[in-house]
Amino acid sequence: MSENETVVNITVNGQPVEAKPGEWVIAAAERAGVYIPHFCYHPRMNSVGMCRMCIVDIDAGRGPALQPSCMVEVSEGMVVDTTSEQTRKAQDGVLEFLLLNHPLDCPVCDKGGECPLQDQTMAYGPGESRFVEEKRHFEKPIPVNDLVYLDRERCILCDRCTRFADEVAGDPLITFQDRGDQTQVNTFPDLPFSSYFSGNTVQICPVGALTAAPYRFKARPWDLTEVESTYPNPMGDRVVVQASRDQVLRYQGVDSDAVNWGWLTDKDRFAFEATASELRLHTPLVRGTPLGRLDPGGSELVETSWGQALSLTADAIKAAVADKGPQSVAVLGGARLTNEDQYAWARLAKGVIGTDHVDAQLDDGLPAEGVLSLPRATINRACTPGGTVILMAPDPKEEQGTLYLRLRHAIVNDGVQLIELTPRATGLSHLAAFRLHHRPGEAAAVAAALMGGDIEAGPDGDIGGTPVSAVAAAAAAIANRADQPLTVVLGRPSLAEPADFTMDAVAELVRFANLLSAGGRPGIAFLPALHRGNVLGALDMGLAPGLLPGRITLADGGPALAEAWGSVPSNPGADTRGILQAAVNGQIEVLILLGADPLGDFPHRELADEALSQVGTIVASDLFLNPSTVRAHIVFPAAGFAERRGTHTNLEGRITGQRQIVTPPGTARADWAIATELARQLGADFGFGAPEDVWDEITRVAPSHRNLSMEAIDASEDGVVAADSSIAFTPPDNATPVPHVDAYSLRLVAARRMYDRGTLLQHAPSLAGLAPTAVLAVNPYDFDRVGVEPGADVQVISNAGEMDMPVVADPGVPRGTAAFGYNYPDLDVRDLVDPDAMVTDLRIQTR
Amino acid sequence: MARLNANSLGVAQEIIARYPVPRSALIPLLHLAQEQEGYVTEDAMAHIAELVGVTPAEVMGTCSFYEMLKREPVGEYMVNICNGISCHLLGSSDLIHHAEATLGVRPGGTTDDGKITLEAVECIAACTEAPCLQVNYRYRNRVTADDFDQLVSELRDDTAKVASHGQLAMVRQHIGDDRRAGVSPPDGQGEPAWMARNPSDNGDGS
Ligand code: SF4
Ligand code: FES
Ligand code: FES
Repeated sequence: MSENETVVNITVNGQPVEAKPGEWVIAAAERAGVYIPHFCYHPRMNSVGMCRMCIVDIDAGRGPALQPSCMVEVSEGMVVDTTSEQTRKAQDGVLEFLLLNHPLDCPVCDKGGECPLQDQTMAYGPGESRFVEEKRHFEKPIPVNDLVYLDRERCILCDRCTRFADEVAGDPLITFQDRGDQTQVNTFPDLPFSSYFSGNTVQICPVGALTAAPYRFKARPWDLTEVESTYPNPMGDRVVVQASRDQVLRYQGVDSDAVNWGWLTDKDRFAFEATASELRLHTPLVRGTPLGRLDPGGSELVETSWGQALSLTADAIKAAVADKGPQSVAVLGGARLTNEDQYAWARLAKGVIGTDHVDAQLDDGLPAEGVLSLPRATINRACTPGGTVILMAPDPKEEQGTLYLRLRHAIVNDGVQLIELTPRATGLSHLAAFRLHHRPGEAAAVAAALMGGDIEAGPDGDIGGTPVSAVAAAAAAIANRADQPLTVVLGRPSLAEPADFTMDAVAELVRFANLLSAGGRPGIAFLPALHRGNVLGALDMGLAPGLLPGRITLADGGPALAEAWGSVPSNPGADTRGILQAAVNGQIEVLILLGADPLGDFPHRELADEALSQVGTIVASDLFLNPSTVRAHIVFPAAGFAERRGTHTNLEGRITGQRQIVTPPGTARADWAIATELARQLGADFGFGAPEDVWDEITRVAPSHRNLSMEAIDASEDGVVAADSSIAFTPPDNATPVPHVDAYSLRLVAARRMYDRGTLLQHAPSLAGLAPTAVLAVNPYDFDRVGVEPGADVQVISNAGEMDMPVVADPGVPRGTAAFGYNYPDLDVRDLVDPDAMVTDLRIQTR
Repeated sequence: MARLNANSLGVAQEIIARYPVPRSALIPLLHLAQEQEGYVTEDAMAHIAELVGVTPAEVMGTCSFYEMLKREPVGEYMVNICNGISCHLLGSSDLIHHAEATLGVRPGGTTDDGKITLEAVECIAACTEAPCLQVNYRYRNRVTADDFDQLVSELRDDTAKVASHGQLAMVRQHIGDDRRAGVSPPDGQGEPAWMARNPSDNGDGS
């Protein structure tokens, strides 16, 4: 805390209260346990004083007067009375006013039973209204987008939803319109509230004016049971999971100060629909004949028993190990599991089977060891007022929604300077202090110049495609703020290029790390923005080649773990690409897919395809059948989020709890239990009877997780953060050279969009249709050069393939670059990407 | 429906350049759009949103707040009869009834020939001249029924010398290049600090 942090002494209802300077009276009172009724005030947004419900008697030295406590800052000696006769009268009056036009259709309103307006009218309001005139009328609920309905008659004009859209999400697509008693919230005609965050407005609306399509008329608040949990995304957003009759019906964001501040993306908020999907796997399957007989060459997956499925798997593993050694078994995926699931599978693979061919990332992230070797930042560190954030990752608005919200807030309100080191504009670009949009693959040159290297133009008169002057100005800005934390949000900015380019850039940043932390300054730290639920947990739990649980390498941690486990792999394994290649070469006998779909996600589809057809036994543990798992020989139905207990690790390394509220479908089991049972059949007794047992063992054997007991995790509101790794960063031997792009081609950048063809999304009916159709985005100035018109249907050609799609003008795409979504439902960018080339250059021609 | 035409666009750019922050130009631009079409079309709102860098919903929010910005077509002449207290005491209700009978429309309505829209409005701050009215926001004071009939006949044959709806001022303000708040500082002077642009902003996305 800064030195001017003092205490302001006020009195609330006769009790002395220590408030913070600048704090609103309503907040100080609430911290002291005095609740002041309110509608428009929201602790995560600016006060506007719209509803007047928070009016209380405030005496700041000139005698008591009624003032809105959400708009008055505490001052020394202030006396607040929230129970005075005057206050009660004011509250009574305000409620009578607010109800003038309110339709009182509570019996048919989703909010009934959890409605602040209802509750406060009961507690503070008049018993009846003197208003006999006609209330105002609007068309009953109108959709403001595909997910949210607005009933303007119920609206009390508190400005929460509109403020959220503007201040928090940065999508001011709903506003107050008209005036006086006709004032309404609305969108521009035919321009929906298309925000990735619209569901939050439903959660914060203090009345039933905004309702969510997926939840409308599904349940009554008093029928819901709930648990607090952690949503399995890399941010580890804190949520409340609500269910009724053993069905999950709603997620609500929880205000965790360290993480999501109560917000959720629509994608996560409404993905609950997928959990209840009819298509969930509920019983083990094996490949057999339609009559139910086992047959490895069979055409169908037929239902079987757990015993049968498990012993078939164990037999296949035993045979493979006996025949070709432990490295003939490989494990892919696991990034969506809990830490406990991941640990159990890691121990099974590495400690029992003895294979290190294990990788949770499908070659769409960053090298695990590299990520673990970097000093880890927290989100709050990145958001430190006055600090600097370097964004070297895919667009957080598309991939890490709540991180985008946190960063956006920090930039807009806390003077954090954002330096974008990305191959294209992102959702934060308009707020960035410096936009260093480099040519695809050339981040390293810019990073070096930025951090202390020579600022010299390259052969093209720029630095990696970025103007020299801009890099110089950004470098100066970093130097200026060197006494504040520098945080790098690090991810794989484009899937059309290998991770090597990103790691080269990281090496440059790390090279100057000492310079940055000299003299006790906070220096540099990293937030790995990787893709998929608990991917950071997977890395920590050793679901990566060359790593063991606890952020330690096979070489360093092997001996210690061998004692606990009995053995560890003798040879380091390969990553997903290596594993699939080995499979193609006939070296993999058993391939275990943990919620993984290499056919859908691995950048080189042909390789994945070929690999799957070569492997003798494919075993899958999953929630759904996906393009890869339909080709499996044995399928285990796994328990998903909200169906099992465990812990989750977010991008900070923060570990928080996940809780169970519904039973898994059919006989589906948690993955830790599946791994434990398989281990038993392979002759190893893990002794796990519950996820707590697994966690217990993790805290004993994983160096970074020592002392992180379940009690400690549960005791703290924000969980606990795992210790940094002792792995030293190894810079790549040689920087990967970037091939030159010719004058007629555009270099491809491919990154994910929020809504895509992902399995979970496609099984959530409300979200399935939201994925955009494929377009190629090109800088408006490049159309002349490539000779096509914006909006035209064009033919896009690379050395790997060609496809037809519309091309659109997008000033956020630098000149010479073309941007495409990685995972559009209709066109697959992998048909254009040459997996063995370093970059993909496109030519465009009219059809 | 129409966006701003080339002429209006030129004026719009000049207006925007007068303000340090483009969105400050919102209301003058809405007037400009109204001057062009007689009312503010949705397309014009969307166009203005592009010009000042806000969303169309925000433009709609501002536009719909102001009574004088019309979002539906109105007659060539808006006749606003004051029905505030002073005017009421001096017979404006009778005047309004007379107007209704003469024009054949209720307040808010437009005559069939599209010439006149009648409105009854709150005090227009000319109480000493009650009862009064405005024609396209130009005052007519101490209006009798005869005055009104006279006015209507002049409006009908376009001899009333009233600017068409939307045009607020006869003289357009012009600001010399050296006095604009735009992005071109006068020769020899650097940009003031509040105007300093993002050094990495080349405007072409690079
Ligand atoms: S819709 Fe709800 S959140 Fe939005 S202004 Fe109305 S009452 Fe407030
Ligand atoms: S909460 Fe203070 S005015 Fe609404
Ligand atoms: S009441 Fe008519 S001008 Fe004031």
